[in-house]
Amino acid sequence: MTTLDSSKEIQKNNSEVNETHEDFRMFGLITFLIADGMTFAGFFAAYLTYKAVNPLPDGAIYELELPIPTLNTILLLVSSATFHKAGKALLKDKNSETQKWLFFTAFLGIIFLICQLFEYFHLPFGLTDNLFASTFYALTGFHGLHVTLGTLMILIIAWQSRINGGRLTSQNMFPLEAVELYWHFVDGIWVILFIILYLL
Amino acid sequence: MTISIDPQKTNNESLQPKGWLRYFSFSLDHKVIGIQYLVCGFLFYLIGGTLASAIRIELASPMSDFMPRDVYNQVLTLHGTIMIFLWIVPVVNGAFGNYLIPFYVGARDMAFPRLNAVAFWLIPPSGLMLVASYFVEGAAQAGWTAYPPLSITTPQSGQIIWILSVLLLGGSSIFGGINFIATIIKLRRPGLKLMQLPMYCWAMLGTSLLVVLSTPVLAGTLILLSFDIIANTGFFNPVLGGNVVVYQHLFWFYSHPAVYIMVLPAFGLVSEILPVHARKPLFGYTTMVFSIMGIVVLGLVVWAHHMFTSGTPPWMRLFFTIATAFIAVPTGIKFFNWVATLWGGKISINSAMLFSCGFIINFVFGGITGVALAQVPFDIHVHDTYFVVAHFHYIVYGGTVFIIFSSIYHWFPKVTGKMLNEKLGILHFIITFIGFNLCFAPQHWLGLNGMPRRVAEYDPQFQFVNQISSLGALLMAISTIPFLINVFLSVRNGKNAGDNPWNALTPEWLTSSPPPVENWEGEAPLVQEPYGYGKEISEQK
Repeated sequence: MTTLDSSKEIQKNNSEVNETHEDFRMFGLITFLIADGMTFAGFFAAYLTYKAVNPLPDGAIYELELPIPTLNTILLLVSSATFHKAGKALLKDKNSETQKWLFFTAFLGIIFLICQLFEYFHLPFGLTDNLFASTFYALTGFHGLHVTLGTLMILIIAWQSRINGGRLTSQNMFPLEAVELYWHFVDGIWVILFIILYLL
Repeated sequence: MTISIDPQKTNNESLQPKGWLRYFSFSLDHKVIGIQYLVCGFLFYLIGGTLASAIRIELASPMSDFMPRDVYNQVLTLHGTIMIFLWIVPVVNGAFGNYLIPFYVGARDMAFPRLNAVAFWLIPPSGLMLVASYFVEGAAQAGWTAYPPLSITTPQSGQIIWILSVLLLGGSSIFGGINFIATIIKLRRPGLKLMQLPMYCWAMLGTSLLVVLSTPVLAGTLILLSFDIIANTGFFNPVLGGNVVVYQHLFWFYSHPAVYIMVLPAFGLVSEILPVHARKPLFGYTTMVFSIMGIVVLGLVVWAHHMFTSGTPPWMRLFFTIATAFIAVPTGIKFFNWVATLWGGKISINSAMLFSCGFIINFVFGGITGVALAQVPFDIHVHDTYFVVAHFHYIVYGGTVFIIFSSIYHWFPKVTGKMLNEKLGILHFIITFIGFNLCFAPQHWLGLNGMPRRVAEYDPQFQFVNQISSLGALLMAISTIPFLINVFLSVRNGKNAGDNPWNALTPEWLTSSPPPVENWEGEAPLVQEPYGYGKEISEQK
């Protein structure tokens, strides 16, 4: 019974043959993130086309204030670094430190979402005001949904990294690595979104 | 890093329902999931076929007398959506992919069995939802393309249910695609090289790449469309400053590759079937692989040839015409490879072979009209006429559905251990082939003479040709009867097939029929020459 990967060790366990194979969950996740990235690519393409060919009605406001989104960019970039710290700590079996860093990362994510909502409430346009407004809310909203999901997942793995009875150990790094990759992906999308939506 | 497989898994599986009940369970066995896809898809094919018959009954007379006009629009929308998203895509990818790919890579299951089961179980609810939308204020009636502003102005509830259903089916398709890519690239048996894989693996790898790259764009587009419908935004609504052409670009960025998602797996399947029944190696393996990958790359950059009448600028027309014409090259290579595979072979004239040959004939015809449609002046002349309908059905029915039937005749003995009745099979082929060509060949003439598609009424001068077409549709409907009788009789009383009735060399035939739960009693065989026909068979084993 060596179909899966005979080059890896084959363990015998409980008198039953226990096959092992390479871990390709990460491969599957990367494929999924490529697909997810294509959704954003579609949105970006639509936004850029609108910008190029659809003039807005006279008097439409499409100037955005920069301070909040700049703060948000910094928040997300810092959160990527703190997440990385959490992974390093887990590798050294320092679970309490991992948990601390994860909670801090989740905290930065929540601050990001609060800032985003604050910006929404103070913008001079609503969802249906004009094409720019609709695209702005659709893009940032879809990204915000990703941040919300990411924050929830970080809170879950932070709970799992507790010292007594937690599933997350240096032998079982996958949940942390997966959420970390997802979080970096959401970060990267934000940087592109920030450049296209606010700076261009 | 390695994962150890839970030794409890085998015990758990013995707790799962046995016999036919397992087909109604959340089974993780790739063979069960494959059959679930196939049977579920076939049931939707019967629904979609009934709707097609309703369309042809309506079109047998020039007036709108069989059903009201808005019902006609709902029927054609449901027919298109069901046939594409619930019959062809799930069956030609999900059903045969799930059943065959783990055998071909020498694995015991797909890479992500749970994701696989989730992907299947998304399909029945979304399909039922779609069909049920007819009874809530009427189903969607903007066609399977759901072009705005039509899809924004027609009754909302049907359109929203349509969007939700297509989003779920798209999700199912993406999960399936991720699974196939991981299985083919990562789960191959040690010692099995990529260039030794059976051709269907390559076809599924190419298809899954297209699914993963293009389906999310459709999902995003439909989300924007639902905002337009529910929240009154103006993404695609010109009245509110939106742009309908953006919808068309985004939609066809998925839906042109979708044609390859429907037809590439069929290319793979026919490449498995022909060598077995012609007793010859597949001609030009390497060129086949590069053709598939060429079609994948080109297939992503030809979408705007559906939009030549949408105010597309001249440079774009030129680019997309040339790119589309280029696709004919890899497709032509594949066509000649199949003919060369048959050339000088010891051909058995059985149902599987007949349907495959029918595929080759129909497909080359559909391919030629496809190249014609890529030319801007011609395309503008026949845009939105029955010529397009005829071309499309020659590709997806004459092409893919013929291969689905061919594959059922070819792999039925493996799945059930029983042979299908050849006489009924050949009868099924003859009625289908005559009915199909009688139905769709005249539609080329109708289109060239200007009969528009998707309209319930037409100029009385077209009545005679439309009646011929409807007669063909009647034959196609009748052709299902010998097939169903054949399947039901053979499952119960069919001749025992043995493990390898076709003396085939691909790995799925090297285990018992039907195969055991984890595919092989011992170690998976290493098949390095899946098409080594004409050599000593003992050499292969």
